[in-house]
Amino acid sequence: MKLREIAHSRTGDKGNTSNISVIAYDARHYRLLLAQVTSARVKAHFAGVVEGEVVRCELPNLSALNFVMASALGGGVTRSLALDAHGKSLSSALLDLDIEPGSDDK
Amino acid sequence: MMRAIRIGSGAGYSGDRIEPAVELAENGDIQYLVFECLGERTVALAQQARMKNPEGGYDPLLEERMRAVLAVCAAKGIKIVTNMGAANPEAAAKKTAEIARSLGLSSLKIAAIVGDDVLDACKDGDLPIMEFESTIKQLGNRLLSANAYLGAAPMAEALSAGADIVITGRASDPALFLAPMIHAFGWAMDDWNLLGQGTVAGHLLECAGQITGGYFADPGYKDVPDLARLGFPIGEVGEDGSLVITKVKGSGGAVTARTCKEQLLYEVHDPAKYFQPDVVADFSQVRVEEIGPDRVRVSGGRGTKRTDTLKVSVGYVDSYIGEGQISYAGPGALARGRLALEIVRERLKLIGVASSELRFELVGVDALHGAEISAHANEPYEVRVRVTGRTENLREAVRIGNEVETLYTNGPAAGGGAWKSARDVVAVASVLLPRELAKPQVRFVGA
Repeated sequence: MKLREIAHSRTGDKGNTSNISVIAYDARHYRLLLAQVTSARVKAHFAGVVEGEVVRCELPNLSALNFVMASALGGGVTRSLALDAHGKSLSSALLDLDIEPGSDDK
Repeated sequence: MMRAIRIGSGAGYSGDRIEPAVELAENGDIQYLVFECLGERTVALAQQARMKNPEGGYDPLLEERMRAVLAVCAAKGIKIVTNMGAANPEAAAKKTAEIARSLGLSSLKIAAIVGDDVLDACKDGDLPIMEFESTIKQLGNRLLSANAYLGAAPMAEALSAGADIVITGRASDPALFLAPMIHAFGWAMDDWNLLGQGTVAGHLLECAGQITGGYFADPGYKDVPDLARLGFPIGEVGEDGSLVITKVKGSGGAVTARTCKEQLLYEVHDPAKYFQPDVVADFSQVRVEEIGPDRVRVSGGRGTKRTDTLKVSVGYVDSYIGEGQISYAGPGALARGRLALEIVRERLKLIGVASSELRFELVGVDALHGAEISAHANEPYEVRVRVTGRTENLREAVRIGNEVETLYTNGPAAGGGAWKSARDVVAVASVLLPRELAKPQVRFVGA
């Protein structure tokens, strides 16, 4: 299944850094996010977009992850050549990730 | 009984809708109305405007917003806090006083907060730029402005001195909301946990509609009612820092645990260290709980001691950008779009356009996320060619758009709707300033 089926997401921007939250609709899916939505996978998914490091922060109280992606906005929101200089649409790309359902989710 | 205030968020960016703030003032049962209207680079652009006109340099929608809400706010005693002062808070305060007089409101006390302009202090220290290898002085005549993100203290001081309207320039966005809390409850400026929880409130409210269902809807997954009449949020804050996010009854949108979670993490890096001028807020232990329709309790915000520096937003002329676009549609649109991109790529080489960075893309195919993510997308009915590049001067930037436009008569079949632009790029970077070098002041202007 797609990540979109179990999580919602929002992108924010500061300078040349983009952050994407990934929030489980249902707390029981948080463990799937923890296991499968890793920094390495996010970095690979955004090949060609994110040039820098991807750091994952965990927020168990919210069943959420926050990905902080460096050098992700074409040199910075205020100078980027990109059509979407803020990277606001990046969250939608992340929700297209494939997720292997857990044993009780099939 | 515990004291509590209701703060409405009347704008989430400079161009935001006008009516939601009127709805908040009329029907929101609020005591404070905050307008956050100053984007990252807006203050640098406003500084350019002030250089051309010494009485200008404040938010272009100031008059429209004030005219829309002043009478009802005055009648109900609602205090207004805003950063619409941009590069000239005093001129904005004078203009607001003029508007108040024209509406027959002569007793309003209006305060301007000045002192965020720290250009001289930054030059004196020749402070290093955080984002790239340079110092303030090395920017030379490309340097436009340097404005420190001020904290809540001067705004709270103005409120405590009786201001009905507080107009600031560059201040931290959450501080616009923290100021009424500090004023109303007398919070100590070293009660880090209260300031941290107050920052949670300010952070959640500062983008207005983004917590009531804006920037959220995804049909079939996250549906939001009545986005055309989106209601803006209200924070109910208690003197112990307790917080409920809600909105005006009957307005559009929705306040849910989901909208609050998304906004809590918006533009946040390490949630345990959200740097603010007044506190380092910690969002990592925050909990959200739906306690009623469009009512969400948010708790658990904490904080630690503020740092010794203030972040300063430095505006400078970075470069020039030239751009051209043209559309192709129907059978073969994608192939003609790709041919067009190849032609422009070759032309820019042939005629020797000097650029440091170029992008060739098809809007509708790969413009937003690049070729790799988009590789398996279906063929669209129409595509829009987009070529853009960074240059050192305007003349070179103009040549990029020209090479797209000439596709009309020199390019693939049936290209339509060409458009071009060339502009200078005012960008922002940051420096850290020892906090004692910023000296904010409150200046009153009578209505």
